[in-house]
Amino acid sequence: MKRAVFNNNWVAAAMVAPQLLIIFIFFYWPTSQALYWAFTLEQPWGGGNTWVGFDNFKAILWDDLYWYSVQVSVIYAIGSTALAVGMALILAVFVDRQLRGFKSYKIGMIWPYAIAAPAVGLAFRFIFNPGAGVMLYVNEVFPGAWNPNSNGSHAMMMVIIAGAWKQVAYNFIFFLAGLQSIPRSLLEAGAMDGARVLRRMRDIQLPLLAPTFFFVLVINITDSFTDSFGIVDTMTGGGPARATNLMVFKIFNDGFQGLDYSGAAAQSIILMFLVVALTFVQFRYIERKVHYT
Amino acid sequence: MKHTLAIVAAALLATAGTASAEKIKFEYWYGLSGDLGETLAETCNRFNASQDTYEAVCVGYDGYELVVQSAIAAFRAGKAPTILQSFDAGTADLMMSGEFYPVQKMMADFNIEIDWDNYFPGIKNYYSSSRGELFSMPFNSSTAVMYYNVADLEKAGVKAPATWEDFEAALKAIKAADPAKCAYGYEPSVWIDLEQFSAIHNIGIATNNNGYDGMDTQFTYNTTLHVKHMEDIQRWITDGLAEIKTAATGMTSQDAFAQNICAFYFGSIASHSSVHLKGVEGLKWDVAMLPMTAGVERHNSVVGGASLWVLSGKSEDEYRGAAEYMKFLATPESEKWWVSNTGYIPVTKSAFEQLTAEGFYMADPYKGREVALASLTATEPGPLTRGYRLGGMIQTRAEWASEIQAAMAGQKTVQEALDTAVERSNAILAKFAKTYSGKTLP
Repeated sequence: MKRAVFNNNWVAAAMVAPQLLIIFIFFYWPTSQALYWAFTLEQPWGGGNTWVGFDNFKAILWDDLYWYSVQVSVIYAIGSTALAVGMALILAVFVDRQLRGFKSYKIGMIWPYAIAAPAVGLAFRFIFNPGAGVMLYVNEVFPGAWNPNSNGSHAMMMVIIAGAWKQVAYNFIFFLAGLQSIPRSLLEAGAMDGARVLRRMRDIQLPLLAPTFFFVLVINITDSFTDSFGIVDTMTGGGPARATNLMVFKIFNDGFQGLDYSGAAAQSIILMFLVVALTFVQFRYIERKVHYT
Repeated sequence: MKHTLAIVAAALLATAGTASAEKIKFEYWYGLSGDLGETLAETCNRFNASQDTYEAVCVGYDGYELVVQSAIAAFRAGKAPTILQSFDAGTADLMMSGEFYPVQKMMADFNIEIDWDNYFPGIKNYYSSSRGELFSMPFNSSTAVMYYNVADLEKAGVKAPATWEDFEAALKAIKAADPAKCAYGYEPSVWIDLEQFSAIHNIGIATNNNGYDGMDTQFTYNTTLHVKHMEDIQRWITDGLAEIKTAATGMTSQDAFAQNICAFYFGSIASHSSVHLKGVEGLKWDVAMLPMTAGVERHNSVVGGASLWVLSGKSEDEYRGAAEYMKFLATPESEKWWVSNTGYIPVTKSAFEQLTAEGFYMADPYKGREVALASLTATEPGPLTRGYRLGGMIQTRAEWASEIQAAMAGQKTVQEALDTAVERSNAILAKFAKTYSGKTLP
């Protein structure tokens, strides 16, 4: 096969320039600013800043409550990813098997992704409200069984469910596409050999779905660290007693609400490295087990 | 077709005509939202209608935090508004930066006479430098009061409590008269439970006279009467005398009061009109000053709400417009209009006297609002009651709130919670001092 090559590098450069410019303006420039602020104490209204070296990082890393925030972020990441990936996989398999009514169901499944996170948060806040929502009925039968306003684990569960619900749709699309790209002949051959539905799923579909699975996993983990802000903001505000104070929400709170720009910048640098490191680990160790067809 | 073209041409000409006589515009960003935001927007319309030369372009934001944060971002990009409505907690950074035009100086520069002595000292002091220069224009002012359900208290055979001891007795009496009744809908509020409580008891919350005398300030509220007060509240919750009512539990303490569910509610006097609007049929209620601890002499409470700041870096014309707007706000008519359309209190003595003389405070729905002024003017503001000049106040308030949440959920004792809150808040103060090292609070 003949490869298409640009003989003129300037043309190639001109082609990629707009994209590079966008990445530079919206990613590298803010990141470099955050990096600079992280090593200074920045006055919110301008008017100068003082170089403090690693003081901001020290203050954060020596702070128990920062580590608590990391801890709840990890719980949220694992919980919401497991739930979102698991649910999406099950639903995608159902649709792939073309169970009754799957067409309308397929469209319905895609919708939640189009809903903005704060709207999801508001809807779930009502559903899980112990005094007004659907959970009121549970509390009437078992008094005090559900109270996310004073019980941190309940609040965390609530946020995980809302976050996962939003993410299921995205995962579902990828899983469905992955399942449908598996050649039917393989499944038919398995069926001829006497493999039943679950067996075919375990031995043929899931292994062939591994690349999709890996992609979805990386995206979900990253997303749960960086995009959980809207849900936390509308549902719990980080409470009760910091139980849902996820890293990204803490950054917003300290930086924009508390006007501690430097502390927030340092935290976002840490968060960035954490996400980079996690993605690296995933590519380095999990991807090895993935076979691309 | 020709006809339409003619209309379009005429319209174009008309706009061109107005463009040539265009007013000088200045921007004004405010943080009040909802009904109050609409009322505020109306003050802009009233100003614009009264003016041929200047036009206030008013932009509303959803909350003070958001408007301050947006103004900072805009300021850094050189697109800040001329006037910014900012709340107390957001202004320490602004004061330190010096990026504002003190309102008293601005009015003097434009030769606009304002009788500054006419402003209530408690309000004026709050927005002034430690040397007494007024920095920002007092506008929507409030203070905290106690709302009580008259019918519930009558039924329990008690009067509106003036001390916390009587308050507890009243809670017990209400519970005895009707065990199903929510006696006190409690919503943690650092502004009421800590700042107002400490002011009326004339105790500081931090060293250096609450931060006025220096940047090396430390919080002290974990060693004052405040601890006992919070322990009392916690005990009332444990004993069922009080119930937590917040937005997160499905109903705010204000709604619980307005819907005749809870007998007591503590809030800003600015909610006076909201309670009237939301109050269910037959709700009989009144307001009183915050209770005192028995044996302690009452001092003035501190002013809440927000004031108007003029930011630096604007043109002469815009400042002139801003000054005209402030002048417009300072007229007794504007003040009366604002006070009667919201729950806020008048900021000048003359407006208050005039309103009182007209019988404004005699009848519903305004009856009771004079209590707020009585509370604000209980004494002349002293070193511990003139206000709080503390950096990072949004964060230190949040530390208090998180720790109190933990204490109310039974995760730790009140003393432990307040110790942690103070320790963490002191770190924030130290960081603030370091950010502005070499500078002093004005």
